[in-house]
Amino acid sequence: MDIQVKPVYKTIVITLLLLGSIAMCIPFVWMILASFKPESEVVALTPKFWPQQATLENYVRLFTEMRFATYLWNTLVIVFFSFIGLFLNAAAGYAFAKFEFPGRNVLYYLVLGTMMIPSQVTMIPVYLLLNQMNLTNTMAGIVLPGMVNAFGIFLFRQFMTTIPADLIEAARLDGASELRTFFQLVIPIAKPIFAVQGILTFIGGWNSFLWPLIIANDENLYTLSVGLSLLKGQYGGDFAIQMAGASFMVVPIVILFIFMQRHIIEGYTISGMK
Amino acid sequence: MQNALQKLNKYKYPYLFIAPTLIILFLFSFIPIFIAIFISFTNMNLSGLADFSNIKFNGFDNFVRLFSDATFQKSMFNTLIFVVVGVPSVVLISMAIAILINQGTSWLFKSFRVIYYMPSITNIVAVAVIWGYLYNSQYGLINQMLGFIGIDPVSWLQDPVIAKFSLIIMAVWKAIGLNMIIFLAALQGIPRTYYEAAQIDGASRWEQLTKITVPLLSFATFFVSITTLIGWIQFFEEPLVMTKGGPINSTMSMALFIYNTGFQRNNFGYAAAGSIVLFAIIILVTMIQFKVRKKDSDVEY
Repeated sequence: MDIQVKPVYKTIVITLLLLGSIAMCIPFVWMILASFKPESEVVALTPKFWPQQATLENYVRLFTEMRFATYLWNTLVIVFFSFIGLFLNAAAGYAFAKFEFPGRNVLYYLVLGTMMIPSQVTMIPVYLLLNQMNLTNTMAGIVLPGMVNAFGIFLFRQFMTTIPADLIEAARLDGASELRTFFQLVIPIAKPIFAVQGILTFIGGWNSFLWPLIIANDENLYTLSVGLSLLKGQYGGDFAIQMAGASFMVVPIVILFIFMQRHIIEGYTISGMK
Repeated sequence: MQNALQKLNKYKYPYLFIAPTLIILFLFSFIPIFIAIFISFTNMNLSGLADFSNIKFNGFDNFVRLFSDATFQKSMFNTLIFVVVGVPSVVLISMAIAILINQGTSWLFKSFRVIYYMPSITNIVAVAVIWGYLYNSQYGLINQMLGFIGIDPVSWLQDPVIAKFSLIIMAVWKAIGLNMIIFLAALQGIPRTYYEAAQIDGASRWEQLTKITVPLLSFATFFVSITTLIGWIQFFEEPLVMTKGGPINSTMSMALFIYNTGFQRNNFGYAAAGSIVLFAIIILVTMIQFKVRKKDSDVEY
């Protein structure tokens, strides 16, 4: 290997990546800095990088002028139900992986087929269905349409086919019920895939936007993202409060992600992507 | 009857395990397709919603009207621009970044992985709020930096042509991370021995890249291209929260047209017809992609 060229080459790679990282980071950095600036600094024609008179005022206004406490609560409720959905996905994935039953393949292909359906096609009919079930403007109506997803079932099934059948048979012979086998044997074995799916479920629930937007017409049911879009509409020129709202949504997820990123990134290797 | 019950009892556990997900999926994914097809041939609107007897079949009227609707035509044209510019940008940039990041394993490279992935997990409304500030023609950071080097302010979101590209830049920024990870996973699956052999044969870095890396990424490239393509045909949330389709419909995508028609104007039948057209386009484009892919000789390793 050409030893003299190598450091130069590596420097070029790192420089390119550094320049790109700045482009990736600037929106976040600028958002967080602006969220601590008073209004006058945010709309200054010659902006300073650091806040000159740092303030928490913008964050306080989220809770006094807007109802971010309500939005946060609703978002957490959605996250909670998404986790129930996660277990339902796991149960279905387990059944498709480890049981023989009539109609298994047909049903599994139908499940996979739903991945192809664009949300724009189902959007209107689902709204009409929920309206028929008197579920518009209810939490159930917001949560149900996105509670389970075919991709999650697919990933669980992929992982669970690798669990040895003997192990499950042994649990059954020991007299464990099917439900107990699932909760006490299968779920612990499937921990790695639960970690990945758990983080993605949390992020998905936290960010959920479309169904709350369509189904909730009452501010009591707004989620953080719907509230934030309301904020964007109402406080069009007031960027300080907008940046505080955005930071409030983004920073928790970024922190969670930094701690858990190894699991997410490895998750793609689990899914068998070559 | 007796027999069927016995059978059901025998398989009750697997059915019990799949029942909740299947019911939800069928109710909210599968049945809606048929409803969408059905109402696309009707005049379903708010009065139809209040009383089903107000729903009238109108044959192919909705579809005929769609193709003479100037806004829908515009939305098709805009979507085409989004796809033609956005898809290659996402595929090429995320592949390039993945290849660069794959050159190292130190903490620095691991941090790059995290940084480039971060926009992917960020909520779209928050992204639109942040970029709305960056793009602001008076106070926005981008124009202020351009002013610093003596360039006149740009109307990022007010100019009909530039607004399209502003949305594309934002969407590409958000989409790179996820696809980069898929490429990285693929890169890590390429055996090191291939490169060692190539180096012994005296291949340059460029040759290694074009003769080994890129061909062996063909499956990942196919996967990323097809998912990105389908995603961009449905380009929706970015214009919805950023520009509401404006100025003068210049960022109106097909998906946003469907949403507006359905939920702003409550023309459910007409919107459903639009969504069927969108679905047909997606199926067609996917089939073409698979056809093209089959013709390519596969590289296996």
